[in-house]
Amino acid sequence: MKRGFFLPFVAISGFLFLYIPIASLIVFSFNKSKLVTVWGGWSTKWYGELFTDPQILGAAWISLKIGVISASLATVLGTMAALVLTRFGRVRVRGLLTGMVTAPLVMPEVITGLSLLLLFVAMEALIGWPGGRGVMTIIIAHTTFCMAYVAVVVQSRLADMDDSIEEAAADLGAKPLRVFFDITLPMIAPALISGWLLSFTLSLDDLVVASFVSGPGASTLPMVIFSKVRLGVSPDINALATLIVVAVAIGITISWFFMRKKVT
Amino acid sequence: MTEAVQRSGFWRATASVLRKLGFSGRGLVIAVPTLWLLLFFLIPFLVVLKISVAEPMIARPPYSPLFVRGPDGGWDIRYTFGNYAYLWQDSLYINAYISSIRIAFFSTVFALLIGYPMAYYIARSPEPKRSLLLLLIVLPFWTSFLLRVYAWIGILKTKGILNAILLKFGIISEPLIIMQTDVAVYIGIVYTYLPFMILPLYANLVKLDDALLEASADLGANPVTTFFRITLPLSLPGIVAGSMLVFIPAIGEFVIPALLGGPDTLMIGKVLWSEFFSNRDWPVASAVAIAMLVLLVIPIMLLRLAQSKQEEA
Repeated sequence: MKRGFFLPFVAISGFLFLYIPIASLIVFSFNKSKLVTVWGGWSTKWYGELFTDPQILGAAWISLKIGVISASLATVLGTMAALVLTRFGRVRVRGLLTGMVTAPLVMPEVITGLSLLLLFVAMEALIGWPGGRGVMTIIIAHTTFCMAYVAVVVQSRLADMDDSIEEAAADLGAKPLRVFFDITLPMIAPALISGWLLSFTLSLDDLVVASFVSGPGASTLPMVIFSKVRLGVSPDINALATLIVVAVAIGITISWFFMRKKVT
Repeated sequence: MTEAVQRSGFWRATASVLRKLGFSGRGLVIAVPTLWLLLFFLIPFLVVLKISVAEPMIARPPYSPLFVRGPDGGWDIRYTFGNYAYLWQDSLYINAYISSIRIAFFSTVFALLIGYPMAYYIARSPEPKRSLLLLLIVLPFWTSFLLRVYAWIGILKTKGILNAILLKFGIISEPLIIMQTDVAVYIGIVYTYLPFMILPLYANLVKLDDALLEASADLGANPVTTFFRITLPLSLPGIVAGSMLVFIPAIGEFVIPALLGGPDTLMIGKVLWSEFFSNRDWPVASAVAIAMLVLLVIPIMLLRLAQSKQEEA
């Protein structure tokens, strides 16, 4: 197709469509007025309000804790699943594991949330565990859907990787565990880091699954945000969004810088 | 040298401890993720299936048991398809089902119409511009989905940014009512899932061989013919994969219709949510979940097929 006027126009409009909402959040987080259509002058008062809101701060702390723990668990479990699927040859549970690793990626969140809650309730009636719902049940739920993402990321890295080095190490007498920690692990480390970060982001962002499996006293950040914005625009949430965007932008820029350095 | 000896000693010791405990390393690596997913992913579906055939009860938990001890001391199985019959008879559920399919379908079409030219543009861009544009597509993934949907409230509401701009420039004389309508839901879904459409399309289009396009042009085909006879058919797996990655999550979407839609916006995810949280009818909520899964079987199979085609190419 010849380079005309049409393609750049659609592409630029598309990018504007993707970024204007984010830009509007940032701009209006500095608006003194509570109304989006009235510009009341620059102000940082919503940031002040954000940092003195005990409900938001408490929820942010809970969400960070859940995010770090579930991302770490998901990275370990997802890597194990990826190893089984790429390096273990013929394994009896292979088909089952493949299905269980890919299905969570396309499962609607309402179904994942409902099914896990019903499991927890049934298990509690049967064996007395998990004994109420809260942070721990959210961690289990997040680990489960995040490990699927980690498995996919690590699996594609393992599939691209030349396994002759691992074979050479094994031929030279290294035990499987040692081959993994000395050869495989350093080579898949970038995939583990991106899998961890992806899991952390997904966990930090999840509203639906957490709402189902959470209990009294364990409100995550998305749950607090949702109950606030359901009633309309609230400027301190704009301030929160701006902080998240800035954190993400810094993180991405740093990782991009390092990746470019490595390639060249 | 000594360090290497110490390290190999450490691994040997770890391995022997595990072996003594009756674990083979290999078996452990297979068992842990498999058991985790069995317990927390597969079995929960069986529980949903089981509760969808139970009767609602005022009890803890609020549904009737599947196995009941009969008078003769044996176990009786009690089940009912009443919840499914209820879904079928009450127009609310049928309408929510149809409206979810309609909203997901048209959102997918709009996302394809916007996403295809964007993916094409990115795939034909020279490096390093291409990597940068691709980064810009992926970047929104990393910021909060909930907050990005929320951003549209400020833009679309009656006293929002969009109406303020359109009124100021005299394009409209009355503010547009978009918030709390299906239009807002369409915008929200297309906006959220556009990157899911673009990435598989890009992955497909970037592999397109320029020689084919040149050959077509040399043989006298105009760019439009070349596009419809060469580019479009070759990118079919990308189109199917991208479309299913928009359609499948859109069907079960809860956050977007809850925040941007109005009380009339019926979507099956929202119905499931309110059945569970407001009506506390767990058996009906489970039956809704099973009905939603049935609806997704064909799209998920299409996605699998398209993805394996993509890998072959």
